Amino acid sequence: MESSAISVAVGASAAKRGGYVGAFYGSTVGKKVVMAVTGVILVLFVIGHMIGNLQIYLGAESLNHYAELLRELGHGGLIWVVRGGLLAAVVLHIWSATALTLGSWAARPIGYRRRQQWQESTYASRTMRWGGPILFLFIVYHLLHLTTGTVHGDFVVGDVYHNVIAGFSIWWVSAIYIVAQFALGLHLYHGVWSMLQTLGLSHASYNRLRMGFAIFVTFIVVAGNISIPLAVLTGAVS
Amino acid sequence: MNITLHVWRQKDAKSKGRFVKYEADDISPDMSFLEMLDVVNERLVLEGEEPIAVDHDCREGICGTCGVVINGRAHGPRERTTVCQLHMRSFRDGDAIWIEPWRAKAFPVIKDLIVDRGALDRIIAAGGFISAPTGSASDANAIPVPKENADLAMDAAACIGCGACVAACRNASAMLFTSAKVAQLGLLPQGQPERYIRVKKMVAQMDLESFGNCTNHGDCEAVCPKAVSVDNIARLNRDFIKSTLIADRRVAVGVEGAG
Repeated sequence: MESSAISVAVGASAAKRGGYVGAFYGSTVGKKVVMAVTGVILVLFVIGHMIGNLQIYLGAESLNHYAELLRELGHGGLIWVVRGGLLAAVVLHIWSATALTLGSWAARPIGYRRRQQWQESTYASRTMRWGGPILFLFIVYHLLHLTTGTVHGDFVVGDVYHNVIAGFSIWWVSAIYIVAQFALGLHLYHGVWSMLQTLGLSHASYNRLRMGFAIFVTFIVVAGNISIPLAVLTGAVS
Repeated sequence: MNITLHVWRQKDAKSKGRFVKYEADDISPDMSFLEMLDVVNERLVLEGEEPIAVDHDCREGICGTCGVVINGRAHGPRERTTVCQLHMRSFRDGDAIWIEPWRAKAFPVIKDLIVDRGALDRIIAAGGFISAPTGSASDANAIPVPKENADLAMDAAACIGCGACVAACRNASAMLFTSAKVAQLGLLPQGQPERYIRVKKMVAQMDLESFGNCTNHGDCEAVCPKAVSVDNIARLNRDFIKSTLIADRRVAVGVEGAG
């Protein structure tokens, strides 16, 4: 058998060859930790982004001033540092997910005839690999829509409030955003719990709170974000 | 009771397998699942046919030898129950039962329902032990162990290595097995000297055996006949992170050289 070798070079001897980072990322657990850490970064960003979005309820001046502040912090440099960090997190997240997924698909060449009965897995956990690509496509659309205005019919540079109202007034644009938020919710629900598990944050004293924490994060992000297209469509914000 | 069986038949590791239908008539509901297969096999032998090859040993639910996927569920429909402890009263008269071997690249089929689980043994051999000098056994109470740790270590040590976690995992991952074997030692004082080199070695061997990657579904715990908790997977992850980030390099070298 090809894999009958037992003595695996790890620790110092492996480190001499590949370095500690290489030995860590080379293992499946290391890749999962990278997914979890980049996941934490992206979750924090999504929460912050949602809170920022809610300023639409404070009126045009408030939201536009906030957007201007983000663009000008650190002489206009900070936003690019953050964007660079987020891009790196997204790339690492997708890269690791792809490597892990390909490994898992190869691990069962012959499947079960009878469809497996799921006991504990949830719809959210089973759709992570679909939800990821869907969210990626949405993010591309979202950037082209409200950041660059490329696919926005009535884009005014610097007038974020106007761009949001005009964009969400079209029902199918709002529909895309709302559907994407549900996809985000499913991804967050499993992802938040999963990253706690992967980072080893587990103890009998707080384990039963972990699922509640995942639901809480998911709910505030999804509810906060969905409220905006709904408010525009119903005329509550105009 | 009368049962229709659809059993995976495969001559050897290289042959292509297929499902074969058998009518199992006059089965007592008090028979265990394996006894039902014994009866079917006796009839097959009398008819001059090759009996169904199935792994089994203690038939008490403690050895981890038996294990097949029954109607899409590892070890069948009952929780915390191995195939040998499953009884035909868990099925209904006239049921169709599909029986398949564990499906994983790391578990090649040897014959029919028997798979080679040597991959799990090699994960143990890579580090799932403590190095202790031989000699007379030390006094049992010489090393204090917190009660909670003793309980958790015992829960992890309940793993019988049957491989149901791998069979049920959507990713064919061996994380529950490996984590149980890491945790049972990591929770006890005797396991401390090699704790961080052990987790590295066992994870490296697990990766080498072409298992899939855990995505925290939890189906493994649900089918585990000993209900080994996925909390152990978090313990493995925690030890693995520590072993990379903060475990002292020179200590790791020392242990590796000695081992």
